[in-house]
Amino acid sequence: MSIDLKSASFHGYKRENGRIGVRNHVLVLPVDDLSNAACEAVANNIKGTLAIPHPYGRLQFGADLELHFKTLIGTGSNPNVAAVVVIGIEDGWAKRIADGIAAAGKPVSFFGIEGHGDMETIRRASKVAKDYMHWASELRREARPLKDLWVSTKCGESDTTSGIGANPCVGNAFDKLYAQGVTLVFGETTELTGGEQLVAARCRTPQVRDKFMFMFNRYQEVIDRHKTSDLMDSQPTKGNIAGGLTTIEEKALGNIQKIGKKCMVDGVLDKAEVPSGPGLWFMDSSSAAAEMVTLCAASGYAVHFFPTGQGNVIGNPILPVIKLCANPRTVRLMPEHIDVDVSGITRKEINMDQAGDKLIEMMFRTANGRLTAAETLGHREFVLTRLYESA
Amino acid sequence: MIHFVVHDENDSVGVVVVEGVKSGQELTGWIMDQDKEIKVHAKNDIPIGHKLAIRELKANETVVKYSVDIGRAVAAIKVGEHAHVHNIKTKRW
Repeated sequence: MSIDLKSASFHGYKRENGRIGVRNHVLVLPVDDLSNAACEAVANNIKGTLAIPHPYGRLQFGADLELHFKTLIGTGSNPNVAAVVVIGIEDGWAKRIADGIAAAGKPVSFFGIEGHGDMETIRRASKVAKDYMHWASELRREARPLKDLWVSTKCGESDTTSGIGANPCVGNAFDKLYAQGVTLVFGETTELTGGEQLVAARCRTPQVRDKFMFMFNRYQEVIDRHKTSDLMDSQPTKGNIAGGLTTIEEKALGNIQKIGKKCMVDGVLDKAEVPSGPGLWFMDSSSAAAEMVTLCAASGYAVHFFPTGQGNVIGNPILPVIKLCANPRTVRLMPEHIDVDVSGITRKEINMDQAGDKLIEMMFRTANGRLTAAETLGHREFVLTRLYESA
Repeated sequence: MIHFVVHDENDSVGVVVVEGVKSGQELTGWIMDQDKEIKVHAKNDIPIGHKLAIRELKANETVVKYSVDIGRAVAAIKVGEHAHVHNIKTKRW
């Protein structure tokens, strides 16, 4: 390939805990729905900061609450984030999230609105956000080896061209990155249905296989408990079906192309869990694009590969989402959303090896600072996974 | 020119990868894993991304793509016919 991956480097921001980021956000992070307004006001006051509003965080409990904390702490701890201002309706949970982020060593402050009101909170939080912004804006990128980059993948609005071109292109890139000790992840638990045995066969050890099958079966039980049909129009989605995908098995087999031909599944993560070393990880996760990508960001991933067929437009506030597409119709109708056009595969104009190199080249450009299509278009979908109803 | 793509020579279906395929048209298919070519006459208009049968399928027969089971035919499907949700269903859920 044109890039020698053994000696390849990218320019990233070295964080206090040694992780390397490719973006340099100062986040204004709401603990709960009630604090969105104050966070957005702070982000409006202090240019360059980023508020990430979301609709949850009240009266959650048990495992669902733990996932909420884990996702917000993980998001703040992500190396693409330089510093964080946390705002919650009350001090207690705001402090808990700030303490979690502080463990990564980066600057973080928290504010509770109760007893102060929005305006006083916005004034105090804006002052801190301004200091963080000055500090972060002077941080400089440095050259880092490829293995310091963490890369996640999840596909969306897939069609049959995803399984033919865009997903195996990610698989080709994953095989090459895996050989260099990059930390990789895939997920989408229900979207492996019909191909779960192929993933199980790729697990490195019987322990990893058992854990994967436990996660897979756990999610199947959720589907069985709540389903009112064979899930047609949900999984596969109406868009998948319009694009020619017929059954979940067919969709799953296309999906699995993303893990390539050579990588082994080295470990299994629960939702928003941080991997403990390099290799390919499976993360138990929803197959809904924004939910899954939000979990990847919370697990610490710095760049995302997102193959699409029919044209999913998703982005994420802190994780650059690189879109690739092998459907010539989608590339023609929605070009502003596509970073890497691999539609030449079905015309035999490029082979999979060349397509994988094209994606890796865009990965380096993105890591070095090129904004993705989703970033330039303002796609910042931040969607928290819920496990069940609030109390 | 490649009109449709087949993952593996064991598959029962191929995927149309060009726009505007019309009933009666002679189509050229590329079998990717074995890098072979086949010819099929389309029996319906088939949109880009949609499948056509490349071998005869009886009702209840397993449909194979990627050399793996992707569901069952719920009606007989002739070679060249559009193969989708009207004649194939999941075996799961």
